[in-house]
Amino acid sequence: MSAFDKVKAARSSKRPTAKSYIEAIFSDFTEMHGDRRFADDKAVVAGIALLEDMPVTVIGLEKGSNTNERVMRNFGAAHPEGYRKALRQMKLAEKFNRPIVCIIDTSGAYCGIGAEERGQGQAIAENLYTMMTLKVPIISILIGEGGSGGALALAVADEVWMLENAVYSVISPEGCASILWKDSSKTKEASECLKLTAEHLLEFGVIEAIIPESKGFQAMCSNIKSELINTFNKNKSESIDTLVSKRYKKFRKIGERT
Amino acid sequence: MIRKGIFKKPKNELEGNRRLKQNPAVNIPDEMCVACPNCKKTLFTSELAEHYNVCNCCEYHFRMNARQRIDKIADKDTFMENDADMISHNIIDFPNYDKKLNSSRLESAENDAVVCGFCTIGGYSTALFVMEPYFMMGSMGTVVGEKLTRLFEEATRRNLPVVGFTVSGGARMQEGILSLMQMAKVSGAVKNHSDRGNLYLTVLTDPTTGGVTASFAMLGDIIIAEPQALIGFAGPRVIEQTIRQKLPMGFQRAEFLLEKGFLDEIVHRKVQKAYIAKLLRLHSKGGEVS
Repeated sequence: MSAFDKVKAARSSKRPTAKSYIEAIFSDFTEMHGDRRFADDKAVVAGIALLEDMPVTVIGLEKGSNTNERVMRNFGAAHPEGYRKALRQMKLAEKFNRPIVCIIDTSGAYCGIGAEERGQGQAIAENLYTMMTLKVPIISILIGEGGSGGALALAVADEVWMLENAVYSVISPEGCASILWKDSSKTKEASECLKLTAEHLLEFGVIEAIIPESKGFQAMCSNIKSELINTFNKNKSESIDTLVSKRYKKFRKIGERT
Repeated sequence: MIRKGIFKKPKNELEGNRRLKQNPAVNIPDEMCVACPNCKKTLFTSELAEHYNVCNCCEYHFRMNARQRIDKIADKDTFMENDADMISHNIIDFPNYDKKLNSSRLESAENDAVVCGFCTIGGYSTALFVMEPYFMMGSMGTVVGEKLTRLFEEATRRNLPVVGFTVSGGARMQEGILSLMQMAKVSGAVKNHSDRGNLYLTVLTDPTTGGVTASFAMLGDIIIAEPQALIGFAGPRVIEQTIRQKLPMGFQRAEFLLEKGFLDEIVHRKVQKAYIAKLLRLHSKGGEVS
């Protein structure tokens, strides 16, 4: 599959969204709403659930699975209150010593008047800053689109996994094409240039694993589930300070010069 | 009344010359002029440089390059630059990036979009970074990320504050996902610096947008901005295209951000050095009660 085919696959309306993964992987998911500052952003689904018998905090960027739901969830494009809602849940996870799983699928953080007024940049920055030293294990899974800062705001994790056909990029292919060639229709060429596929990102050391999609949704979810359990159990054998310093070193070495 | 002979051609060369002498050319100075983009007044560049690159008529803050800023902020001859020769490479093989890097180096006379180092400001030791608008609009690639991370790590080791001037279009598209990761990397370095009780002060200048706003620009313990500076996550054109309506006047300007609670103060360029020095002094003694 070409990079552009993957962009199309990642955006396909038939692709399962975050809530389907939450249902398939976890049990007893109890949703928690609101950022306690301004509002409840429906593009972010957050709560507590059981991973087998381990309580975990789950946060997902949810696009919605039909037209009405998509409108209600703003097509998975979160406002600042969405990132603040996620951060509030992550801090609670730290307090109660629960590992965190983030499920990411967004074209990007929303850009609009309200989002700017309430500090979209500040909200994302605070997530990056806080997640880097959060004293619980964090795993982020990119299931579809990973759109720039809006995706990164939930992906400062010990491990980032990516579905075979997911994409993760600094800018959308359309945005890239319109800057580069002043022609936003050249998305195919731009998709190739941006090196946004899972294979490339694994090579760059930006992600830790690629999850194959070919065996079907249920098989893939049980694969994710067992990998999550394995990784969180492994994490228990090392001190949390080691984990946090490894997290920093992981990002530290991207683009490092000697 | 019609003046007689207004369209009359000179009869001969001598007559023509005489006419010219009667209207001597206006006094054109041999130095450069610029028009203020805000009030359209013509200003001499030498005059502008003396006035901190601020229009003396309408207080418009002109864009300044990194060296000019360091000159105005750091105490004379104290700035020691770090990693000056670190240069970007075309790591993801992006079309035309090499060319763009070369032309940016020529245009800005810098190796990349940030200048980092240590200096004193009003006698107080500090780390200082200044972004360079003439190098690909201050965009953040791996070199900017690495230089800033090293600066914060060094400042953490030496227990020194960091003062930073931001101007940026955001993450550098030409380095793909690796640019995006610099946001997390620098934010992590800021966190470690902060956890050791060190001060970080940012000065947001026109324009500060995208991945820089969404990472280290907004992470200062104290965040100040220059008057009228454009500060935001998405650029105004992108927002207009998304919501299909015109943005209100003053949207995303420093004054707007101050009103919304995202800035501590708007500080005119003329008093910036004194303001920063004062804050460094206020933080120099720690919190112990005697």
